[in-house]
Amino acid sequence: MTHWIIVPVVLPAVLGALIVLAMRNDLLLQRVFGLAGTVALTVVALALLRAALLYPPEVYLLGNWPAPFGIVLVLDRLAALLVLLTMVLALFVQLYAIGTGWDAQGRHFHALFQFQLMGLSGAFLTGDLFNLFVFFEVLLIASYGLMIHGGGRDRLRAGVQYVAFNLVGSTLFLFALATIYSVTGTLNMADLAVKVALLPQGDAALLRVGAMLLLVVFAIKGALVPLQFWLPGTYAAAPGPVAALFAVMTKVGAYAVIRVYTLIFPPTAPATGPMIGDVLLPAALVTLGIGAVGVMGAGTLARQVAFAAIASMGTLFTATALFTPQATAAALYYLLHSTLATAILFLLADLVLARRGTGTLRQVLPPVAQGGLLAALFFAGAIALAGLPPLSGFAGKLLILQAARDHVATVWPVILVTSLLMILGFAAAGSTLFWKAHATPGDRERETPSTAALPLVAVFGLTGCLVALTVFAGPVLRVLDATAADLYAPAPYIAANALPAQD
Amino acid sequence: MEYLIASGVGLMTAAGVYLILRRHTFPVIVGLALLSYAVNLFIFASGRVAIGMPPILTKGAAGYTDPLTQALVLTAIVISFGMSAVIVMMALGAFLETGHDRIDTNDGESNGEGVGD
Repeated sequence: MTHWIIVPVVLPAVLGALIVLAMRNDLLLQRVFGLAGTVALTVVALALLRAALLYPPEVYLLGNWPAPFGIVLVLDRLAALLVLLTMVLALFVQLYAIGTGWDAQGRHFHALFQFQLMGLSGAFLTGDLFNLFVFFEVLLIASYGLMIHGGGRDRLRAGVQYVAFNLVGSTLFLFALATIYSVTGTLNMADLAVKVALLPQGDAALLRVGAMLLLVVFAIKGALVPLQFWLPGTYAAAPGPVAALFAVMTKVGAYAVIRVYTLIFPPTAPATGPMIGDVLLPAALVTLGIGAVGVMGAGTLARQVAFAAIASMGTLFTATALFTPQATAAALYYLLHSTLATAILFLLADLVLARRGTGTLRQVLPPVAQGGLLAALFFAGAIALAGLPPLSGFAGKLLILQAARDHVATVWPVILVTSLLMILGFAAAGSTLFWKAHATPGDRERETPSTAALPLVAVFGLTGCLVALTVFAGPVLRVLDATAADLYAPAPYIAANALPAQD
Repeated sequence: MEYLIASGVGLMTAAGVYLILRRHTFPVIVGLALLSYAVNLFIFASGRVAIGMPPILTKGAAGYTDPLTQALVLTAIVISFGMSAVIVMMALGAFLETGHDRIDTNDGESNGEGVGD
């Protein structure tokens, strides 16, 4: 048993506390330690991914209590992949926040950032449903702080709505867990997988209720229709870099769906059967439609990107809902891609806002500083998120279409039409922001915002990741295929938990 | 006793849901608190309702009461307590900034503007 598995949880926890206690008044120290922590976490995540690819799933027993009684962390390919994605995204977002000075606009940005990373990696690594709830709360409470970072009327108002909505979600999560516990008597995921498969018929109804309640909770996290309405207001009002980091928060919902409904309630489980996929698929398609229409109709750039995030969650859940190894591999590829692409656009929306003074798309304003460069980046981000060649969005959607060959009548038209709508929406936004923009005589000179290089380096870095994801699509897809195959053959995952023999 | 606990959970959930749907932050926060009480009781009951049983099974005992749900409830109480403190602080901040405590304000287009400066 290696202790490295717990590093992505413990290191940010210690660092966050240290930043709050020891360097609360020194921004430079906070930046140095925060950045060093994220770099270290990225390295650890890389090492963990390597270990997960080479060896079977590994279990870390917290407090050395054996599996169904104590809490376990489980490192498998899916968890390692998502931890690495989180850390790479966090690294660039943190660079951006430092470069633009966002982290100086309020206190405790770096501490909250580390706590957020702790919650995210804990949620990906844990092998216990109740512990998943706890890590959800950790990442949520950090996100509340980050969401209202910098203050301001609109942000606080959107923040209260966001918190209230998520508290209801947490309560539902607890109801679901208690229901499942009352039937099975365990909350360890591997133990649940074994027990659910062996459950007598009589208890199936209660378990089905628990499984559906859980789906509702994950739908809130993943902004699935009809529970998506919190997202546009929250993400549009959040500070730019925070919104970019939140791009991975919706993916926690998708991760939880993939994990729980392949391991505990797979389509073969007698208690639930194919019910989950049957519910998820129509909801995902409607989500995709609403997101695309929102991209067409949004009045500000940040809201447009938020709706694009909803659309990408719709695409992701569409692929997830098919519950086949091929579709899940496609979903994972799209997950990696859409997280990075959404983050790029959120950062760009923030850059444009800082230069233009307003994010509105209803009004043509004079060109912004570095307009050409931003336009090029916006172009790259938009075609990636809309799914045009040559970037990874195209490959991702192609994989999903290929995996959905059995649903040509439903999935194909929705994905293709919504892609067109998103292209139109982004094209309209891009031409308003960059193309039609012209200097009119009599315009007062806008004060030039800082044209520091670091924010652009961060955006370029994320774009570089997207390009790498496209160029190395073959090797990446091989890894994802193996990951998806693992999910549908969970015996090694369960065996790693070393459960006592069932009596 | 099952009947009492079940109706308690049901009543508190109903009242909580009703309050959450109100327009102002104060009833919403009270509603969230009621919901968290309801769920705490629910978790407690999910370990089966038993009186006078030892929490740890020994050879001589007739039965036992599940100690795990009590640990779960404790965790849930601590977390919901912290979360209530956070939302009270944020609601207070929003009230002081905006001058009213409406929670239902539509997050229309004006909200996305002038935020990022």
